[in-house]
Amino acid sequence: MATLEEKIEETRKLGLQVVKEIEEDRLMTLSVGPQHPGSGHFRFTIKVDGDYIVYCDPDPGYVHRGEEKMCEYRNVIQNIPHLERPVIHDSNNITYSYSLAVEDLMGIQVPRRGQFIRAIASELNRQVYTLYWLAIYGIFLGHSTMFMWPAGDRELFIDLLERLTGARVTHAYNIPGGVRNDMPEGFKQRCLDHIRYFEKRLKEYEDIFYNMPLFRQRTEGVAVLSKEDAVKLGVTGSVLRASGIPYDIRKVEPYDVYNEVDFKVQYMKTGDSFARSYVPFLDMKESCNIMRQLLDKMPESGEVRTKLQPNPKGPPGEAYRRVESGRGALGYHIVSDGTPRPYRVKISVGSFRNLLALPYLLVGNKLADMPAVYWSLNYWPVEADR
Amino acid sequence: MASYIESFRFGEFVGSVLWLVFWILIIISLVGLPLIFIVLFYVPLPPLGDEPLTPYLFLTMVVDPTRTVPIAKYLIHTDLFRVAAFPGFTYAALFAAVTIFVERKFLAKMQLRYGPLYVGKIEGWLQLAADGLKLISKEIIIPAAADKPIFWAAPIAFVSVAAAAAALIPVAPGWVVADIDVGLVAVFAIFGFFPLIALLFSWASNSKYPFIGGLRALHQIIAFEIPFIISALSVVILAGTLNLTGIVESQIASYWFVFFLPISAFVFYLSSLAELERIPFDLPEAESEIVAGWITETSGMIYGLIQLGTYLKLYVLAALFVVLFLGGWSGPIIFPEEIIPGYTGEKIYNHVTLSAIFWFSVKTFGVIMLFLLPRGISPRIRIDILLHTGWYKLIVLSFINMFVALALIYGGILGPEGLLVR
Repeated sequence: MATLEEKIEETRKLGLQVVKEIEEDRLMTLSVGPQHPGSGHFRFTIKVDGDYIVYCDPDPGYVHRGEEKMCEYRNVIQNIPHLERPVIHDSNNITYSYSLAVEDLMGIQVPRRGQFIRAIASELNRQVYTLYWLAIYGIFLGHSTMFMWPAGDRELFIDLLERLTGARVTHAYNIPGGVRNDMPEGFKQRCLDHIRYFEKRLKEYEDIFYNMPLFRQRTEGVAVLSKEDAVKLGVTGSVLRASGIPYDIRKVEPYDVYNEVDFKVQYMKTGDSFARSYVPFLDMKESCNIMRQLLDKMPESGEVRTKLQPNPKGPPGEAYRRVESGRGALGYHIVSDGTPRPYRVKISVGSFRNLLALPYLLVGNKLADMPAVYWSLNYWPVEADR
Repeated sequence: MASYIESFRFGEFVGSVLWLVFWILIIISLVGLPLIFIVLFYVPLPPLGDEPLTPYLFLTMVVDPTRTVPIAKYLIHTDLFRVAAFPGFTYAALFAAVTIFVERKFLAKMQLRYGPLYVGKIEGWLQLAADGLKLISKEIIIPAAADKPIFWAAPIAFVSVAAAAAALIPVAPGWVVADIDVGLVAVFAIFGFFPLIALLFSWASNSKYPFIGGLRALHQIIAFEIPFIISALSVVILAGTLNLTGIVESQIASYWFVFFLPISAFVFYLSSLAELERIPFDLPEAESEIVAGWITETSGMIYGLIQLGTYLKLYVLAALFVVLFLGGWSGPIIFPEEIIPGYTGEKIYNHVTLSAIFWFSVKTFGVIMLFLLPRGISPRIRIDILLHTGWYKLIVLSFINMFVALALIYGGILGPEGLLVR
């Protein structure tokens, strides 16, 4: 097992070698994306020697929208709807840490019921995102049933979120001070019903996908990211947990009501493609468990939102808060100069951190492993570009 | 969703229908009828009773039933009918069409969705026709740097080679286009063209992803050709002939070979999946890796022809499986000897042939369903695992059953005057 330094050195050498070998017409350069069906809004250039990838150069930035700069021209409440655009499938989590940071900055206390509803919405959205991710992972491996099933079951949680927030995908539900509105009547029972059905479906997913010998053959032992390398590269979320480090922001830095919930951090030790694809699945299982507890412990009634002044402003200062999103740690660093608008907003997303591992994991693997490795990194191109 | 013209006028509608009828009549009378007469003038017609059949008499068969039956009987025994219609192209293409429809609905039911629903009102059964029309009306884009003659020729060659293989399949006793003594070898020889066509087309596209796809197709089909042939060879040992009709007859004389050679049947099934480039062996068209593989640059009807060829190939391989392992057309006679009791005229149909065709079609369709099944439950395999499977595991497995076949022959259980031969 080569260490990371050796790998980096090797890649650098290969990069030099590549220039030479192109002249010899030995390598083929493939541009994967942004029109390639296996890439998303993203491109990486790979060079293949026969069937082996010898060089990979990720090139994100096709959907850069300047979210951080946009934040500087709107007040803290107006920022919410555009901040959720990078990951519309996980919009409650990307606005969660923003709200937490703004609350820190202004010294706002969220009502207890509001905290619970936020956590529930966050877990629901985690399921929505992970199912979408799993669907794409399925179709990347040519498994069309695994594309249709999660994409269909995603409707369970989209339905719940629609009842809760009024919108199917872009909710704009978390705001500084709490959540926009209270739960509708009968939501708790409906949520429990859907979770019960979904847990049954998860078993079927395991049978048709994760226990399939062909799937295991393709992913087990492929593109292993060791514990040390994972830490050095700074990957996060499911990729880090798949490499054997039980690191979950909900556990190490509990926000809102997560310290009252009893749950295990799901992790695996192998660090290969299979582990990286299995950990989000385990997270989904655990998330069902968390949701049950949250629904159980939630106060029956109460305020869900601390009303803010129009154009709220706090004292000058800075705040940094992060949450565990579907792709790992998602943090906001907000600097305020005392005006209603933030002076500077920096979004730190899991996707971009996980992308760093891509060149080291792809080099040395076969071309056929490219989609399996790439999508196992839990990378969402739009979020990385912000 | 259908959209309607906002200002619908009944008079205009009737007018347009009349206009259409007028043009159809004009075209039929000015183009169609002369064409029919020219064709009939040159096609030799059979003598009908004692009078020679002229084109004019031929056309009267439409209204005179005493002439219809003999003429139709004569026509369905011509080579043209066999090649173009019944055991040949139309029958195979019909199978392909039904397969596409069933595949869509079957896969949709597996994946908890509806599949085609709107075109043709009932379960979207006209979706295929709509897709065909769409493909015909689309522009055919040829890459600027492509080798144009081969780019055009390869899809046509693909369909014709698949149809040529369909010509060798015996559907019922005596119903085969080309009943040759080396039928099985001829099928393999024809199937040997497919990797060549894939490679030629990918080379002619002059593009990177098609090139990778073409190489993959070549590797895959060559790796699976050998177990494919060896598994069929054990059937030849049992039957003692390469003639496909003879293989079926020897199964009718004993039992279906799938009972003696289950491993061969399994190997044949897997190799056929690889030959067809279907999931889990669809590496040459793996969309998330190499866009669409060797058919990346196809568009419009070129794509349509390759799809048609693929489904014809599916029919041929399923039919070959039935012929080799499931006893071809053997089965109980289910049709009555006469439809109308007391009818004493010339026999309209042969009930033995008809039930043979029925059993053959049912079995073939069952095998096609087996070929469709993995698409719903399996991911794509990787190329090194595929080559390992093909070159190492399947060849060994097919040899095992070849020894079983030899033991059956030399043990006097099957073969001439064997114990199980009826």
